[in-house]
Amino acid sequence: MASVTLSEAEKVYIVHGVQEDLRVDGRGCEDYRCVEVETDVVSNTSGSARVKLGHTDILVGVKAEMGTPKLEKPNEGYLEFFVDCSASATPEFEGRGGDDLGTEIANTLYRIFNNKSSVDLKTLCISPREHCWVLYVDVLLLECGGNLFDAISIAVKAALFNTRIPRVRVLEDEEGSKDIELSDDPYDCIRLSVENVPCIVTLCKTGKRVGKVLHASLQSVVHKEESLGPKRQKVGFLG
Amino acid sequence: MAMEMRLPVARKPLSERLGRDTKKHLVVPGDTITTDTGFMRGHGTYMGEEKLIASVAGSVERVNKLICVKALKTRYIGEVGDIVVGRITEVQQKRWKVETNSRLDSVLLLSSMNLPGGELRRRSAEDELAMRGFLQEGDLISAEVQAVFSDGAVSLHTRSLKYGKDVDLSCPARTRHGFAPSSTHLLTYPEAHISQLGQGVLVQVSPSLVKRQKTHFHDLPCGASVILGNNGFIWIYPTPEHKEEEAGGFIANLEPVSLADREVISRLRNCIISLVTQRMMLYDTSILYCYEASLPHQIKDILKPEIMEEIVMETRQRLLEQEG
Repeated sequence: MASVTLSEAEKVYIVHGVQEDLRVDGRGCEDYRCVEVETDVVSNTSGSARVKLGHTDILVGVKAEMGTPKLEKPNEGYLEFFVDCSASATPEFEGRGGDDLGTEIANTLYRIFNNKSSVDLKTLCISPREHCWVLYVDVLLLECGGNLFDAISIAVKAALFNTRIPRVRVLEDEEGSKDIELSDDPYDCIRLSVENVPCIVTLCKTGKRVGKVLHASLQSVVHKEESLGPKRQKVGFLG
Repeated sequence: MAMEMRLPVARKPLSERLGRDTKKHLVVPGDTITTDTGFMRGHGTYMGEEKLIASVAGSVERVNKLICVKALKTRYIGEVGDIVVGRITEVQQKRWKVETNSRLDSVLLLSSMNLPGGELRRRSAEDELAMRGFLQEGDLISAEVQAVFSDGAVSLHTRSLKYGKDVDLSCPARTRHGFAPSSTHLLTYPEAHISQLGQGVLVQVSPSLVKRQKTHFHDLPCGASVILGNNGFIWIYPTPEHKEEEAGGFIANLEPVSLADREVISRLRNCIISLVTQRMMLYDTSILYCYEASLPHQIKDILKPEIMEEIVMETRQRLLEQEG
């Protein structure tokens, strides 16, 4: 992510501030910036959400398509994640610069959803071993202002909440061939329960204290505290 | 750890709500300003097909017969005598490259830099090798624009107040250095000029929002000091207790700043950001009024859009009352 050069004195000021629980913009170590969430923003998707966290702007679109279930889980549908770090987010993402970060975030999202409790994948099954719903979740980074993981997890949760999957019926012929019938009513759809979808909380160890990595982000001076902290610990919690 | 979520709300800019009396004449590139050929054209305009056309997006300013367009969003354009705050990006052979939010990196020559101890001598090869000891990449400095090159690059120098013809009669210590008080220029510099900046907070704003004033170094009564760089870099720092007389001060004070000072600095930072979001001019009075208007709120609440508007509205009222 964007790294920023700071003078030694500025770094010392920030670290001391974190130790006293007063960050540069007046927040405590555990305070978030204001979050704005909006759903149903993209019309040609099954569900979408836009989240603004300070200067970070994330757009998520979910498309539901029919596919075949995976061999090891024949009764479930699945989710596919793709994260696009666009060049408009920060100049470093130009060309292939954003690919590494994109794959890292996508892999984190796969890990989060790779358990039984996050999303009930059985509701995505149409007929076992033959048809299921595949949800393609596309994350687009519009602006990079720090704390991407948190914002993306909120946006994915909101987009999945907003997803409307059309209700289908499987009809059997006399010969045994199956036909899938879409219901006539466009508003007849199934919704996912996103109560157990985890939200990521990123913590950063700066100096001797562990606190939220959500720092004041200025336009160009983006990751002051993140650039100081040696490690990023991401904790996902349910509910 | 509570998170505040909200739905996005389209907010109208403050100026619309207050109903400005004098509407600014805003133009975009390509707009005709006037068809009257009697005007002289200034910056931001060009003559085409018997008309005066704007080349930047901004507001039209007219001074007698001169028409120019002042761009709303622009990079810093250097003028001689401006105070700027910059960050060192490169250390080159006899100079430093400084980032000042302008189109080209500014240049700080080794010969324009005041040496520690305040010596006045020719810079030798050892000084060149020791450059990184003075200023490294990432350091912040405050400097004055000495000259502007033909390509627009700006050359900086760090002023030193101990030397030269400028004498402050109100400060008796200066006569100890042997300068006659009856010299030509009488410019009062009550506080020591700091070239390398120590602990504090940098806020980056658009250069067009910093009002041109006589002095850009302010010691605010609320307990912090601020340097309003003409290039849009604003440096907020705790007021030093002892006015240091050493030139430059290359050894930054790395002692922890007290919590009270930190709160003042954070509050000032948030106030400046709120003023900038509402596109108000930044100068010591507006920042101070905004600070006072924000006192009833918690520091972290100032960044919420509705509280920001409230504070800036109050600041605007007070400024209008003060003027007229």
